[in-house]
Amino acid sequence: MTETIPVTVLTGYLGAGKTTLLNRILSENHGKRYAVIVNEFGEIGIDNDLIVESDEEIYEMNNGCVCCTVRGDLVRVVEGLMRRPGRFDAIVVETTGLADPAPVAQTFFMDEDVRNKTRLDAVVALVDAKHLPLRLKDAPEAEDQIAFADVVVLNKTDLVSPEELEKVERTVRAINPTARIVRATHSNVPVESVLDQGAFDLKRVLENDPDFLHAEEHHHHDHDHGHDHACGPDCNHDHHHGHDHHHHDHHGHDHHHGEASPIHDVTVKSISLRGGEMDPKKFFPWIEKVTLADGPNILRLKGIIAFKDDPDRFVIQGVHMITEGDHQRPWRDGETHESRLVFIGRELDSEKLKRSFEACQAA
Amino acid sequence: MPTLAPLDLDAHCIWAGFLDAVPAFATADGTLHRLDGGHQKTAVHDGLLSAESDGARLLTGGEDGKVAATGGDGRTEAVSEAGRKWVTAVALGPQGAVAWAAGRTAFVRLGTGEVREFVHARTAEGLAFAPKGLRLAVARYNGASLHFPAAQGKPTELEWAGAHFAVTFSPDGQFLVSSMQENALHGWRLADGKHMRMTGYPAKVKSLSWSAWGSAKSRWLASSGANAAIVWPFAGKDGPMGKAPLELGTRGDAAVTAVACHPVDEIAAVGYSDGMILAVRFADAREVLLRRPGKGALSALNWDTRGQRLAFGGESGECGLIDISA
Repeated sequence: MTETIPVTVLTGYLGAGKTTLLNRILSENHGKRYAVIVNEFGEIGIDNDLIVESDEEIYEMNNGCVCCTVRGDLVRVVEGLMRRPGRFDAIVVETTGLADPAPVAQTFFMDEDVRNKTRLDAVVALVDAKHLPLRLKDAPEAEDQIAFADVVVLNKTDLVSPEELEKVERTVRAINPTARIVRATHSNVPVESVLDQGAFDLKRVLENDPDFLHAEEHHHHDHDHGHDHACGPDCNHDHHHGHDHHHHDHHGHDHHHGEASPIHDVTVKSISLRGGEMDPKKFFPWIEKVTLADGPNILRLKGIIAFKDDPDRFVIQGVHMITEGDHQRPWRDGETHESRLVFIGRELDSEKLKRSFEACQAA
Repeated sequence: MPTLAPLDLDAHCIWAGFLDAVPAFATADGTLHRLDGGHQKTAVHDGLLSAESDGARLLTGGEDGKVAATGGDGRTEAVSEAGRKWVTAVALGPQGAVAWAAGRTAFVRLGTGEVREFVHARTAEGLAFAPKGLRLAVARYNGASLHFPAAQGKPTELEWAGAHFAVTFSPDGQFLVSSMQENALHGWRLADGKHMRMTGYPAKVKSLSWSAWGSAKSRWLASSGANAAIVWPFAGKDGPMGKAPLELGTRGDAAVTAVACHPVDEIAAVGYSDGMILAVRFADAREVLLRRPGKGALSALNWDTRGQRLAFGGESGECGLIDISA
């Protein structure tokens, strides 16, 4: 069996700078060759690159399950590309501005042929810093794209004031607390900050995730005294008002204390749960039940679970109803054996999730 | 004893068979290899995606947007080179008609040279001509469309929820069978549109082969997609409904990836994910080993017209000929 080819999914609303980023990826001298799947050839035009135009084709399965929806065109194109594997080192999929990223991601888990030959590396969302507030009012897709992303490139930062930028970044953070945010103008991000992220790789997921770890720090700093785990329903809220802790902003908490929520148009919320050591006999049936019942409303989930009497960290990640989990590495000496789980989604009952999650703790 | 003559190529084999009795192998890089007084190579495409043969010509579609027809003598006719889109399916029909699909459009070039276009709401995934008359089936999302390219008028739409990516007519034109994303076959009896569900596959069915259309009792459709060749009985007017399929060449450690029914006898050549090939008789499931496992999955398998030689090709580029006449 040959090694699988990494796939990066590039999302972002119309005009957010996807094509510019794509051209940057293709033209920079990084020694890697990319196959690019686009919806329209458009302005991508680097000679000698493998660019495939493909009509977005959503397949829903007979069972009517939204979580089983895949992109049929990707199944076909990936199969074709992988018959001549020597031509490229990685695949980049550019989606249309209006695309729902879930079927794209699910294709890499649901389709056996695709899963055997490729692996989803990360979902990267480009966000136009200037127009995001407007987009959130008129386009639910824009919010979904952020909620779904592993990396958010906050682009066109030169077009907004530092205050506006802060505000936009807080909005992004409110929608998705686990994504890494990279600020950019003209999509000028280092290629290595969007490619080869291993965001779905259970060996790597969350391991070096600055936000996730950072969130932990903040929890320690800010919550430990009062409520030591489970941010619960007020998590976003607190984060905005209390301590503006996106990872760029290491200094300075409480800058925005008391400010009214700037986020009127966000329907996605994240729920961060924290607990002690878990009982696997309780946790696994619980997560299965939750993803089965709330799958359509769960955009992403990520977590590190400490199981009682288990020397290894267990990591879990999911897309809608699909979850994957595995032992990652031994807990380090002095590392607190605690469990953390983040859900990003809509209409999730945070109180119930918190309560039922805590009930999975080992006696 | 079967004798095997290997031909090791360096690309994924998309199609292996015979063009006017000349063994030929089409690989994903776009090369057609012929064994015609030595190993002859013809560069047909920059990237081959789809191929089908009527025994005389090989019709191919490529990543280069081209459609070509190549004969046993290696002469290639450019059928179309209009598009930039991938040509993902091709089909050869009666009366010199050929068809190809790119994106949502299916194209038919009639024997007269006239080209007709049929645009669909969704991607034209798989193509097949009916054995008689001039009728083209297009597999698509939620069913199949039947076009009559020589006449004007609306297509006949056959609906069944789900994604259909390949399609084939039975040799008598009575049945249309599609292969689906959700690991199943679906059939329609064309006389009345009656549905036939053929489910239970652990994987997608990528290889289908009709048996010789002999007496009414011996009509079969062999399929890949399981750890045995699943062979559905099509005797009688109801097709396989209410009948169990044969499961031939069952293996615990490999999946069937290619099937080819013998053109005369009730035997199928069965290719596996590890490269093994068996010949299996329908009547008693008796197996004969034709090829030991190789480096990768079998991806192409076709008999010659008399059923004496079998051409095979694999994903790893391992190809060859097996002669069973001795």
